[in-house]
Amino acid sequence: MKVFVTTALTIDLESEAWECAHCGHELGPARDSYKRGLLVRERDPAEVHAPILDPARYAFTFAPDPAWCRLLEYCCPHCGHLAEVEYLPPGHPPAHDIELDIDALKAQWAAREEQTEPSLGPDFTPPPHHHH
Amino acid sequence: MSETITSAGAASDVASGIDKFLKDTTLFLSPDPEIMNNHGLEPRTAYEEASIARENDPRRLEILRERLLAGVNESFEMLEQMGAAPGAKWGDCVSAVYTASGDLSLASTGGVVIFCNLVQYPIKFINKYWTEESSVGVREGDAFLVNDARYGQAHNTDQSLMLPVFWEGRIVAWAGATVHEGENGAIEPGGMPSTAEQVWDEGLKISPIKVAENYELKRDLVTFLQNSVREPKLQYADMKVKMYVCRRIERRIHEAIAEFGVEAVVAALRMNLEDTAAEVRRRFLEWPDGTVRHAWWTDGTLRENCLIKINLELVKKGDSLTFDYRGSSPEFTNRSNNSLDITVKGMLAQLFLTFIWPDLPRNQGVLEPVKFIFDTPSILKPAFGTPNAQSMMSVFTAWSVGQVSAMKFLHSVPHKHTRVVAPWFNMINTFLFGGITQHGEMVGNVCADINGMGGGALADRDGQHSCAPIFATMADLGEQEFIEEEMPFIQLVSKKLMRDNQGFGRTRGGMGYQMVLAMRDSPAFGFMLTAIGCKFPNVPGLFGGYGCPTYPLARVSGIDVFEILRTNPGQFRYSIEELMNERPFPEATYSTHPMSLPYTLAKRGELYMIAQGTGGGMGDPLDRDPAAVVRDLEEGLLSAEAAWRVYRVVAEAGTLRIDQDATAAARDEARRERIAASRPFDEFRKDWVKPAPSPDIPYFGCWDDRTRVHAGRSDVTHPAGQVLPPVRLPNPLQTRIDALERELAVLRGGG
Repeated sequence: MKVFVTTALTIDLESEAWECAHCGHELGPARDSYKRGLLVRERDPAEVHAPILDPARYAFTFAPDPAWCRLLEYCCPHCGHLAEVEYLPPGHPPAHDIELDIDALKAQWAAREEQTEPSLGPDFTPPPHHHH
Repeated sequence: MSETITSAGAASDVASGIDKFLKDTTLFLSPDPEIMNNHGLEPRTAYEEASIARENDPRRLEILRERLLAGVNESFEMLEQMGAAPGAKWGDCVSAVYTASGDLSLASTGGVVIFCNLVQYPIKFINKYWTEESSVGVREGDAFLVNDARYGQAHNTDQSLMLPVFWEGRIVAWAGATVHEGENGAIEPGGMPSTAEQVWDEGLKISPIKVAENYELKRDLVTFLQNSVREPKLQYADMKVKMYVCRRIERRIHEAIAEFGVEAVVAALRMNLEDTAAEVRRRFLEWPDGTVRHAWWTDGTLRENCLIKINLELVKKGDSLTFDYRGSSPEFTNRSNNSLDITVKGMLAQLFLTFIWPDLPRNQGVLEPVKFIFDTPSILKPAFGTPNAQSMMSVFTAWSVGQVSAMKFLHSVPHKHTRVVAPWFNMINTFLFGGITQHGEMVGNVCADINGMGGGALADRDGQHSCAPIFATMADLGEQEFIEEEMPFIQLVSKKLMRDNQGFGRTRGGMGYQMVLAMRDSPAFGFMLTAIGCKFPNVPGLFGGYGCPTYPLARVSGIDVFEILRTNPGQFRYSIEELMNERPFPEATYSTHPMSLPYTLAKRGELYMIAQGTGGGMGDPLDRDPAAVVRDLEEGLLSAEAAWRVYRVVAEAGTLRIDQDATAAARDEARRERIAASRPFDEFRKDWVKPAPSPDIPYFGCWDDRTRVHAGRSDVTHPAGQVLPPVRLPNPLQTRIDALERELAVLRGGG
């Protein structure tokens, strides 16, 4: 049974492994950080958030300051899909962001039906109203 | 035996005598920690127990609850329609009913839940200290006012009026109304001073005081309050409005009592809280157990740029959730960017009540199963004497790290009550203003653009543009023309979305609009800005999506744009990008700055320009539907350069016909490049992680160990909550003068 932990990552409860939600590639033990099974690269944030104002003329351009902020991009080593983007000051330790209690998760899902896709949740329906 | 009784009785007499002595000789009634540290529900009173024993049919209580809610919503309409403050006009207000003990039981459907979630504290203070106090007392027809955040407000630009609702001589509920009033007599106009270095620079500090008896405002007190602020008419007008709003709630409660009986009303108010708490516990059981960690950095205090960490470990176990903010920055003892812990809690109540479970009744029962841990003192739980007027600079980030973390728990939950959403934009990219209007009135307040924050992306659709502020999902942007009738400035470009100001993702964030503003007719009028995020973005994306960019203030000075528009209108440009990059006015000076402008007098026709922020994107941008990218291109929301650089969409120039094959090939190639440029995590981590922050940037908060925090220096850490000496920053102006004097000394040959 698979649990859709994020849009990019699932946990397979039988194998207790993280998997890429796009290609199914196994990424490593679910009791460990999923990041250890991904590839990561560091980027100057201006490569994504490019200056809107001329950087030759202005100190502040809508692009983050690369001395203050860097992007770490995590992707699946098999299909290259982006799973997470972390914004950090240079050199700051990456977070072990999702650490689930796998035993509790298995017990919780033992009583649930398997899902084929993540549940979106209810759509918004405006309440009935009258126009005057 | 009898001797023992005598002895115990004597001891008891001594103890109560000591209590009475201490009570009678207390010199200062500061906020009571017993009240302020408890965000949960008060225990049931005997009267509530008896009422619930008589009235416990859930259907009847639900009918009554809806009826009371209708009354509260009616009172909220009154508040919005009659309120004089700009904040009241566009929904930055709320009205509510509280239990006799002070717990918030029913908030209006519109408005700012955080405001009323904080009013429990001053009501509990009044119950505890003023009820038995012979010089004050609490009687039918009394009303109390509060704005001091330390007794229970978000920040002291808001004012709450509270009115006890009596029935047959007994308090059965409280009615409350809160408005973001704006002006409060602080060191800068508009109520949110960023240059406040002491609590006394922050303007009015109203601890809960009685301002009305027999339903009449006490004019002596009103006059004193009017003299304490820059908008005396506003002060009086909105005190009257809040009074009538509370009276309307009182009337609706009395009518409900007349029809259903007082026990039913008391039981409904109490059970609303208990039922909500029970439902929240049940919903937490649906979340996975575990820990989510997330930190974010704000990039300044509004006086200087520095990195300030907000650190969160969110732990879900069984039916409870713990927000553990230890390791966050120390407090800034002479800056106003600290947030009280009650404000953090109030904001997070609102996260659940509007962003995660909007179907729940809006009351404080939602936080009953939630725990909080802070370092004390710290930026999120500062000491009594520490300024907090700009609490948004830390509490909004604390809210956003909570939002991101909650979404990481929520995504896998099969039964959701609303949708997973990427981070909402969270900063107050708006103008504050103050001075003399074209009508000769003195004003000091904030523009409604504060409410134009971009919404985060959803899994199946883009976020909404300039949708709503994070503190109120149902607020209004206000009519610009209406504001211009009253204020001497014009937005020459207003509510025009800014190209490429986008949280990229498979679904993108809702974008923020730009504001190009100039002062027109006033002998003295100025602007200020109180937003961070010019170096380090304010929000990330989610699950592979990107966050927002950074936001500067852009200025064009040395011109009178109204003269240019009169004589040569073709010279004007209608976007920040064009005005700054094309420089259409040869005589002008063009500059950019952090968006933390202290109050500055404006000259006629000079341009001040900012943009509201975008919400975060969700998912890999290379998965975005090419047609959606082209739609953004057509609508001018995206440049062709960004469409290629971020989304790798190939479209024919001119017709924008998508070449699906070329797009797919370009995206495959981009993914291969991504893999080739990346390294395994463990290998990367060894090179990436540094033992401490950069010595070139002042850093506050923990690095890798949350028990030790930096207080500016990269080479020194302190035990969290025990920073000695406390953080005290120099006046930036003095720092600048000192640097210039050193330069001058060198030039004079003395250095």
